[in-house]
Amino acid sequence: MNRDAIIGAIQRGLKRGSLPVDQQAMLAARTALHHRHLIPARGQLDAAGRVALFAQYVEREFGTVARLPNIAAGPEAITSYLAKQNIAPSIVVSPHPDLEQIPFRDKPMLQVRYGVATAHDAVSLQHAFAGVAETGTLVLPSAPERPVKNNLLPDTAIVVVQAKDILACYEDAFDKLRDQGAMPRNVMLVTGPSRSADIEQTLELGAHGPRRLHVLIIDGES
Amino acid sequence: MLQSSEAFVGNAAKGMADAGLQRALARAKPQFAKKRQAAVDRLPEFEALRDVAVGIKNHAIANLDYYLGVYADAVERSGGVVHWCSTAEDARAAVLKICRAAGAKTVTKGKSMVTEEIGLNDYLEANGIAPVETDLGEYILQLRREPPSHIIGPAFHLNREQWEESFREHHKALSPERVFHERRDILTEARGILRETFLAADVGITGANFLIAETGSSVIVTNEGNGDLTQTLPRVHVVVTSIEKVVPNAEDCLALLRVLARSATGQDMSVYTTFSTGGRRLGDLDGPEEYHVVLLDNGRSGMVGTQFQDMLRCIRCAACMNHCPVYGAVGGHAYGATYPGPMGSVLSPMLQGIEAAHHLPNASTFCGKCESVCPVKIPLPNLMRHWREREFERHLQPVSMRYGLGLWAWFAKRPLLYRMGTRAAAVGLGVLGRKRGFFGKLPLAGGWTAGRDFPAPEGDTFFAKYQNYMRNK
Ligand code: SF4
Repeated sequence: MNRDAIIGAIQRGLKRGSLPVDQQAMLAARTALHHRHLIPARGQLDAAGRVALFAQYVEREFGTVARLPNIAAGPEAITSYLAKQNIAPSIVVSPHPDLEQIPFRDKPMLQVRYGVATAHDAVSLQHAFAGVAETGTLVLPSAPERPVKNNLLPDTAIVVVQAKDILACYEDAFDKLRDQGAMPRNVMLVTGPSRSADIEQTLELGAHGPRRLHVLIIDGES
Repeated sequence: MLQSSEAFVGNAAKGMADAGLQRALARAKPQFAKKRQAAVDRLPEFEALRDVAVGIKNHAIANLDYYLGVYADAVERSGGVVHWCSTAEDARAAVLKICRAAGAKTVTKGKSMVTEEIGLNDYLEANGIAPVETDLGEYILQLRREPPSHIIGPAFHLNREQWEESFREHHKALSPERVFHERRDILTEARGILRETFLAADVGITGANFLIAETGSSVIVTNEGNGDLTQTLPRVHVVVTSIEKVVPNAEDCLALLRVLARSATGQDMSVYTTFSTGGRRLGDLDGPEEYHVVLLDNGRSGMVGTQFQDMLRCIRCAACMNHCPVYGAVGGHAYGATYPGPMGSVLSPMLQGIEAAHHLPNASTFCGKCESVCPVKIPLPNLMRHWREREFERHLQPVSMRYGLGLWAWFAKRPLLYRMGTRAAAVGLGVLGRKRGFFGKLPLAGGWTAGRDFPAPEGDTFFAKYQNYMRNK
């Protein structure tokens, strides 16, 4: 079998057979320990510093940010953002419990559909599992309430993140993921809107994914 | 696309004489270096993180048999299937079998150098399956039937007019009257065309930047989001990747990510870094139903335990080619190999055989820049030197060259003399540039140039051409 052939060739190179059981146990322990390597200072900030750095980095990477006192301020923030961008007020919203709480009836002009984005949806509203201050990165693990297509298909992605979920470094986010159970099928770390520099080394936003990324940071509890 | 490096010397000369290519190189090269430096300057811990990265990869490779086993078992636990492939042929056949079982007619592809290495597109086409590249750069190259010239900016050698020309030629359904006012219009057209392909494809093929043993996850890094659409929309996701990409756990991967984008594009983090683990889960509203990993060896296991083991640390960031004076002069196509530049010059002889790729380890000025920017500190100049020695031992070179190399080795073992010699040569280049014959009369520089000489099918050596190029720049 190819597996044995390839493993065997590697072992010949390493000039040994399979590792003895005790060494395998050591490696298994190293793996399970989730030891953190060097974390840069900018990935070790306190809560206030984290939110500020996160927002700064989202903007640096060509995203936009609005800070809201609570999720109830969402409909107003979304309609005014879309109006300013000249985008029709129609959104597809991920069926996440936090997003289902949003009082959209306050804004009857805004068309809201809960579910999975299709190629026809121009704007999505997604829920972030976490933010990472270190590079202004959103953590979007797949789940029934967080479809992956909603991160990708619409031209404009609006993402809600709770200020308390903005963590210092990527490792914090993976600890939090593990607290929830097994590794999700798909975990996207998203830093800014889609882009390409393939044409003459010149940056253009909106290659295949969203051209605009707008992040709503919710300061209070939802 | 399967390629050959035998024609390097002639191709290099063509590259240096190609005005369009030279324009693209002049545009891209300084940008790559400047952006990387800016990213490095923004992160005081960068140097220390390079050492961390070296440590992680060395540990993974020293226990590669163990971690690959753990990885494969974890993939299977998560519902995926691993296809172990010793050769490029095995890998092509494995992909075809998956596509056939899925009844696939169209296959979308995220950017993957390993699929280039195994010549997957031509093979699928020959077997009645249409592969469509979705990375913008790969897409235009597929239209133009060209191989990539760079591992992360595959089409950077093209100018805007060439994009427009190819789009007009291939997108026949669109109005011939349309005007491309700016680059954005080119991008928008490609996005529209590829959207339809994404939605129609039966199978999506991506590569992987890392594999995580503990969780059986594959990790891709892109800026466009094409890789994510490729692996999210079709019913079947196939990861085509190679054995040296495995690391123990997520923390190891995250540490490597901190040096990858900074070294590659000068971003702190690429736009999309995505971890995939198995197929669709209960209750999921989207995602592929099947998840396959085609795990390729293709000569890599043979590097373990040799002086080329260090090369297995490579995370394909392209910093070495972005900073290489030879790459900067001849461009990527001249190498005639999947992997160009310094990393390719070490890797290609392994993949193509030293007979076919023997010019490549010679395509170096030994300036050392590649090693100094490599995030995993691969001693690239040294490894190229190893290849030269092997080639020398195998008597592949003409006798006159072997004599020259012997002389070069004599000097190389005497660092002070060698440095004096190279400095003399460098000064000679600057001051007496126009009198090429002068070099031959300097005994020290004679050793120097002889070591870099090539069999010369077009009557002139690569270095003579390179020197000429440097003068006329
Ligand atoms: S050899 Fe080093 S610099 Fe070159 S691509 Fe590989 S990791 Fe990057």
